[in-house]
Amino acid sequence: MSFLEIDNVSKHFGSLVAVDGVSMKVEKGELRAVIGPNGAGKPTFFNLITGMLSLTKGRITLEGQDLAGVDPSQRVGLGMARTFQITEIFPDLTVRENIRIPVEIQAGLSMSPFMPKAMRAPISARVDELLEAGGLTRIANRLAGELSHGDQRATEIMMSIALKPRLLLLDEPTAGMGDDETYAVARLIRRIHKDQGLTIVLIEHDMRVVFNLADRITVLAEGRPLAEGTPQDITENATVQAAYLGGEA
Amino acid sequence: MENFDIRKQGPNLIVWALLLTLPLWINYVSYTQLGTQIVAMALGAMALNFLLGYTGVLSFGHAAYFGLGAYGAGMTIRYLMPSTGAGIIVGTLAGMLAAMLIGPLIVRLRGVYFAMVTIAFGQVFYFIAFRWNGVTGGDDGLTNWKRMPIDLGFTTLHIESQATTFYYFVLAVFAISVGIMAFLLRSPFGRTLIAIRENERRTRFLGINVNRHIWISWVISCTFMALAGSLNALLNNFVDPRAFFWRQSGVFVIMCVMGGMRSFWGPLVGAAIFIWLQDELSSMTANWQSFVGLVFVVVVLFFPRGVLGILRRKATE
Ligand SMILES: Nc1ncnc2c1ncn2[C@@H]1O[C@H](COP(=O)(O)OP(=O)(O)OP(=O)(O)O)[C@@H](O)[C@H]1O
Repeated sequence: MSFLEIDNVSKHFGSLVAVDGVSMKVEKGELRAVIGPNGAGKPTFFNLITGMLSLTKGRITLEGQDLAGVDPSQRVGLGMARTFQITEIFPDLTVRENIRIPVEIQAGLSMSPFMPKAMRAPISARVDELLEAGGLTRIANRLAGELSHGDQRATEIMMSIALKPRLLLLDEPTAGMGDDETYAVARLIRRIHKDQGLTIVLIEHDMRVVFNLADRITVLAEGRPLAEGTPQDITENATVQAAYLGGEA
Repeated sequence: MENFDIRKQGPNLIVWALLLTLPLWINYVSYTQLGTQIVAMALGAMALNFLLGYTGVLSFGHAAYFGLGAYGAGMTIRYLMPSTGAGIIVGTLAGMLAAMLIGPLIVRLRGVYFAMVTIAFGQVFYFIAFRWNGVTGGDDGLTNWKRMPIDLGFTTLHIESQATTFYYFVLAVFAISVGIMAFLLRSPFGRTLIAIRENERRTRFLGINVNRHIWISWVISCTFMALAGSLNALLNNFVDPRAFFWRQSGVFVIMCVMGGMRSFWGPLVGAAIFIWLQDELSSMTANWQSFVGLVFVVVVLFFPRGVLGILRRKATE
């Protein structure tokens, strides 16, 4: 049994078949990228995993547990954290507060009308640790809404990490970024993957990001699985090149 | 203990100094009862702002709970027992209970839908108070009751006859209430509410049951609103169905917006301006509401963060 098993899933919108019989097995600690040319149905596939969309057919299990009927916020409770294509943070709060809120939630304090004395130091320490790990320490006291794209993304990723997830889902983490920012975010993703041994599934447009980061890559085209393998396999795969790499370069 | 930061504590010191010394200077600009009314209504506005400014949810029907507190206090004193304390407790609990029951029916709604449904519930209470003549006094209001002296054992507070004593009694209740609200807003629970205001979707994807949190914030807000209603009724020794009317809800929203919803003391400033203007203008012109409206429009257009928002910006510049 794999950590995350996606078994022959489909999604129909009326007569339109957006995702058509895709299977994917992700092992614990793996970084898996899902790519595909325009029209591949990546967002739909991603949202089948997060639970934002319901399956028309197929089955998804996380460590053996069937996710059918588990709504998106319950999936968060099961250890699936996510980021969004358009960054979702708390713009009018400082970066430190952005990180502090999920740390407190993870510590089970979201209903607590006071901060237990014994928790004060460990919470602060954990916030500092996450700021440091995300390269956010120098901007910890700035309002998150005023940061660059890349720093906002780093904040969002560290907010998700604060939940101590079992599986991190990244929806186009470098969307709309310039080269420097893309590189910085990719480095951050690699670091948290390595340091924490975290299982990550990401969908991404930027090919350089994917080939540098991923352990394995799944290629979709027009909602169907086209290929799967290591970055090297995918580079050498003639079908993929024809459908995607050739077409785009 | 954290270090005492004069820049952070400055506004608190000014507010409390002004409120504690109010009976000494209010007679130069107004009169003590008006000060008492400002404090009672400010408690209502700050209660509304717990939900509006710190959870990001607009209720346009908080008058329902203001009215329940008012009628709860008046009816308790008139029909059950002639005790100010009992009146306040029953009034506040009535508002809290109603909010707990109505909450689950509305917390799924957002934005203007939430506001509309809260108005609708408010109007239901208005019509009950209006129609149920025999008990509520109907349109003429609930009369034949008045606030009673409070026996503390070692001394008796003559709030029924001494305006200054009643002012300090209301101020004490206000202090405890806003103290609790401030404490909650600085807790992990309070930060989760602010998170909902900032970005509901993100908060949901941090694993928070957003509707449950909004329900709790709603109940806290409505409970303190009911307490404010009972204090205001005690001040007037009277309550009529307009306490429930949607226009009263609007007054509290105006106080929050005018003073600044993002500042803790903003609604207090809004309440002070509103009530003082109303008092001054209503003795000069029957059209005072237009003038208050005009001031409101000017504030919203030129100071979108309210009066305190401006002061704060000036201070940081
Ligand atoms: N909620 C929806 N209702 C109806 N049709 C939808 C819905 N969401 C997506 N679709 C359709 O499903 C197909 C797949 O959409 P999706 O957004 O998953 O991928 P895509 O457009 O192929 O993007 P990408 O190039 O990033 O893979 C598209 O034809 C889209 O119009």
